[in-house]
Amino acid sequence: MQVARNKQKVSYAKYGYIFIAPFFIAYAFFMIYPLINTIILSFKGNGSTVDDWVGFQNFQYLLFGGETRAADAIHSKFVSSLGNTVILWAGNFVVQILLSLLFAVWFSDNRIKVKGTGFFKVVMYLPNIITATSVAAMFLMLFGNSKYGAINSLLLNLGWISEPLKFVNNVWSSRVLVMLIQSWMWFGNTMILLLSGIYGIDASIYEAAEIDGSSGANTFFRITMPILKPIFIYVVITSMIGGLQMFDIPYLLHEGTTIRPSLETTAVFIYGQFHQQSPNYGYSAAASVILFVITAVLGLIIYKTNTEPSAPRAKKHKFETRR
Amino acid sequence: MAVSYASNDRYKKNVAAHSIVRLIICIIVTIICLLPIYILIVNATRKSGDIISNGVSLIPGTNLIQNFKNLHDETIQNGSYTRAYNLLIGYRNSLIIAVCSTVLTVFFSALTAYGLVVYDFKLKKFATTFILAMMMIPMQVVSTGFLQFMVKIGLQDNYLPLILPSIAAPAVVFFMLQYMRSSFPLDIVEAARIDGCGEFRTFMQIALPIFQPAFAVQAIFAFVASWNNYYNPSMLLVSGKLEQRTMPMMVAAILGNDKLTDYGVNYLAVALSIVPVVIIYLCLSKFIIRGVTLGAVKG
Repeated sequence: MQVARNKQKVSYAKYGYIFIAPFFIAYAFFMIYPLINTIILSFKGNGSTVDDWVGFQNFQYLLFGGETRAADAIHSKFVSSLGNTVILWAGNFVVQILLSLLFAVWFSDNRIKVKGTGFFKVVMYLPNIITATSVAAMFLMLFGNSKYGAINSLLLNLGWISEPLKFVNNVWSSRVLVMLIQSWMWFGNTMILLLSGIYGIDASIYEAAEIDGSSGANTFFRITMPILKPIFIYVVITSMIGGLQMFDIPYLLHEGTTIRPSLETTAVFIYGQFHQQSPNYGYSAAASVILFVITAVLGLIIYKTNTEPSAPRAKKHKFETRR
Repeated sequence: MAVSYASNDRYKKNVAAHSIVRLIICIIVTIICLLPIYILIVNATRKSGDIISNGVSLIPGTNLIQNFKNLHDETIQNGSYTRAYNLLIGYRNSLIIAVCSTVLTVFFSALTAYGLVVYDFKLKKFATTFILAMMMIPMQVVSTGFLQFMVKIGLQDNYLPLILPSIAAPAVVFFMLQYMRSSFPLDIVEAARIDGCGEFRTFMQIALPIFQPAFAVQAIFAFVASWNNYYNPSMLLVSGKLEQRTMPMMVAAILGNDKLTDYGVNYLAVALSIVPVVIIYLCLSKFIIRGVTLGAVKG
């Protein structure tokens, strides 16, 4: 019996490989090969010349422009898409993190309790569960450019404006709209993540702080934020990676058939390049590779700066708590 | 003691005042969260003419049934609506993709995590690290190579490339790994072996039932993510035929068409894509909120 069991034990390793095989086969087929393929395509041509090797030409055109007018056009389009991505993400993140921190601190406060916390959590998370496409459609109809848009019609009826406001066509109002929609969708999610981090903090630390006469703001910056740092970093990184992929709402928030140039993010740019009659795989692949590198670098920078033990903590954040 | 009485009283009053201020702000934010959805649903029940003359109303109209009929009437706007949108087809397609993806994600992630936790083999450490490292690569970064590859092997306009990649979901595997490490007794596997239970059967009949709580949470998230996905289907379903469109694609098709000017019908079309998700969410909200929390602590 003993011998038989030992013999079997040796062969158990193969089950390990069998059990993880489907994952790795699917991953290789649908992720690793496409990744390699994207890198290969980034060195190849566009449209009808998709099979020709062009070396670093796509990268050169995207990042620095070129001799031809077409190359310069694609260059300025790509650069503005990067700028749009950064603007839209940053604006959305500031609003989102302020709101979510505020509510996370309030909901976890043992001194000043808010009634119905469970209900508020459910409602604040709700926008996150709705299809982004439908969210875009909803806000497009509410903030339509014409006098038939719900908000315009309301403001006209109230007599506050005499001409319909071009919410979607105006550069900055369209950007602010996307930022607010993104914050609206994501602050509940971030709030619950931060809240779970705060709940993880030992309550006796807060009790000790209270006995020592620490003010609310002091407790927040000296206790909550430093302990919350790992989750905070996680939130920033995931939000940034998500922000670099921002697609649905900027892509759909326009009237008529052309995408608003002020909302063309890098993901929209990439999609636009391959979503054509004769796809520009070269440009879209090169842009993807650039995006990939930016994602990796940003992730590393944040990781590095936040793991240095001597780095001044929390000082650069100017969050206010109401106490 | 007597001295602190007065200040204690003031303190209590202070706390009560703060508590009310916070409650009011929470209520305002709650209204901001719900109002757009409420206006959307109300407008879905109103006549187009009423919406044109007054875009925002808090009182539901009476035109819901007529709007629904118009949405599926081939003679309205020369059948533009029926060419862009079909509720049943949209639900069917989205359901097929979401259910298949969810089942594959949850099952194979559990299988992979089980393999990594229960067995000892040479590449175990490498495989675990690899999965963690890959977790952050977004799909969009590889989409160009993915699409070109799928077109090359003739899988565009097919649901397979939307469903099969769910077999490999690194984030879910990571979650399951954490869960198994913390709450799966390896002795059970040993006991099952002594009883002569095969390895695969041990996984199916003993391990899976133990993972059920982790399953439920991950299944909800996988389902919602797949149901809400617009990028992948609109990228892969190149020809964009109505029969193949998912729900988000139908909503996008209505948006992209200037000729569809019956506002009540437009609002209804969007509302119909939101309402089921909202209802399911409200039923499962406890699970979902707890799931987000679990994911954070362990992720």
